[in-house]
Amino acid sequence: MTDQETVALINSSLAEEFEFDLAAMTPETTLFEDMGLDSLDVVDLVIVLETAFGMKIREEEAIRKIRTLGDIHTFVIEKKRSTVGA
Amino acid sequence: MLLRRVVITGVGVVSPFGRGIESLMDGLLAGKSGVVRVPALAEITGMRTRVAALATGVDPMEIPRKFRRSMSNMSVFATLASQDATAMAGLGAEQLAGGRLGVSLGSTTGSPQTLEEFFRDFGADNSLERMKSTLFFHIMNHSCASNVAQVLGVTGRILAPAAACSTSCHAVGYAAEMIGLGKQDFMVCGGADEFHPLTSGTFDIMNAASLAFNDSPTSTPRPFDRDRDGIVCGEGSGILLLESLESALERGAEILAEITGFATNSDPGSIANPNASCIADCMRQALADAELEPSQVDYVNAHATATEQGDIAECTAIASVFGNGTPTSSLKGHLGHAMAASGTLELAACIEMLRRGLLIPTLNLDHVDPRCAGVLHPTGVQERQLNTIIKNNFALGGVNSSIILRRYQ
Repeated sequence: MTDQETVALINSSLAEEFEFDLAAMTPETTLFEDMGLDSLDVVDLVIVLETAFGMKIREEEAIRKIRTLGDIHTFVIEKKRSTVGA
Repeated sequence: MLLRRVVITGVGVVSPFGRGIESLMDGLLAGKSGVVRVPALAEITGMRTRVAALATGVDPMEIPRKFRRSMSNMSVFATLASQDATAMAGLGAEQLAGGRLGVSLGSTTGSPQTLEEFFRDFGADNSLERMKSTLFFHIMNHSCASNVAQVLGVTGRILAPAAACSTSCHAVGYAAEMIGLGKQDFMVCGGADEFHPLTSGTFDIMNAASLAFNDSPTSTPRPFDRDRDGIVCGEGSGILLLESLESALERGAEILAEITGFATNSDPGSIANPNASCIADCMRQALADAELEPSQVDYVNAHATATEQGDIAECTAIASVFGNGTPTSSLKGHLGHAMAASGTLELAACIEMLRRGLLIPTLNLDHVDPRCAGVLHPTGVQERQLNTIIKNNFALGGVNSSIILRRYQ
């Protein structure tokens, strides 16, 4: 999966789960202000990503620092690379 | 006896005939049945019944995701019906969030559909890793009450009675008592349930579900009929907005009817089988609560689900209290049995019967079972001045309940 495909899968998965307009999703989109997510949604966001990419990220410290879609893109791409490299 | 008079100023329903009291009454007055064949039931080993009365006319997407994420179908039904009831009553944020409005709303269980989905996933690999954060809000026993309160912005009391088929009768009775005691001025009250094969299966294994009309679903259930063969499960929500008379008059609200009596009792003789004597006691207690004599009741809206034991016990009880001159009918023939929602769906129809001066007969009652012949079964929709109605609901678990509804005067 290319990075572009990873970004597309992240966006489509989150758009479906949180009923967000895919066209309005940019790397600068903030999860809390722009997408209107809250603490319950963040729990489910992790599950959506884990399911979409078949990886475990719930305990990752970096996940707590995510604020934008771009942060998620970067996090998942790096996580996939580290997993492949391991 | 209620210390303050309690009136109804709003009604909302989600039924097999769609959303809203008008669609419910259109279906009932036209003698329609909401029962359909449900093909998915044929896929379940051991399930013999194939019919149900499913809610129609509901668009869950009307509810913003922020609220909808914690809802199963039953909470969706309850929310839409509650919104309609409070809108009909003309309530705004001032009343909804003022602390003097509470919610009394129950279901038979938390969402069976969500529980099924969770345990299917959990059982696959004994893992909780895919469990959504909002799961609990679907399955908690007060799911409907809390979800409705969140959407409406309610800051008053929350009560979530659960007594299976008596649930919404309880919800209304306890809500009326709460207003009567002066603890609240408004109560959003009623019941909701969503259809799930577990419900039909529960009655099927007890040999209490309808089996003989799988190919002609609108012919069943058949309350009081000699050819009845059991319950048809349904779903939906019925919500009433109760209000102190004082408040309604002060607001200039249109008063639809008055709740003047409520009674409930327990039948310790059996957890499953109704007892005519206990049912009669319950109705007598409701009449005493309303300070009425049996002769003052114009119509009995029966629980009558089309089981042999239930129909006969209820008819025996009605005959012992009212004799054979008080018109009696059941709306289960039209609506199936919506479980926790049945009481208030049927109460909503009773309110309209009072207002319109129309009496709706039992659908599918073609040949009265001689053992149910001790009461007066009206045939055809009748024009009749109705002032007082008694509404019965009886539940598995030995829980009887009766409500007295009166024309406001």
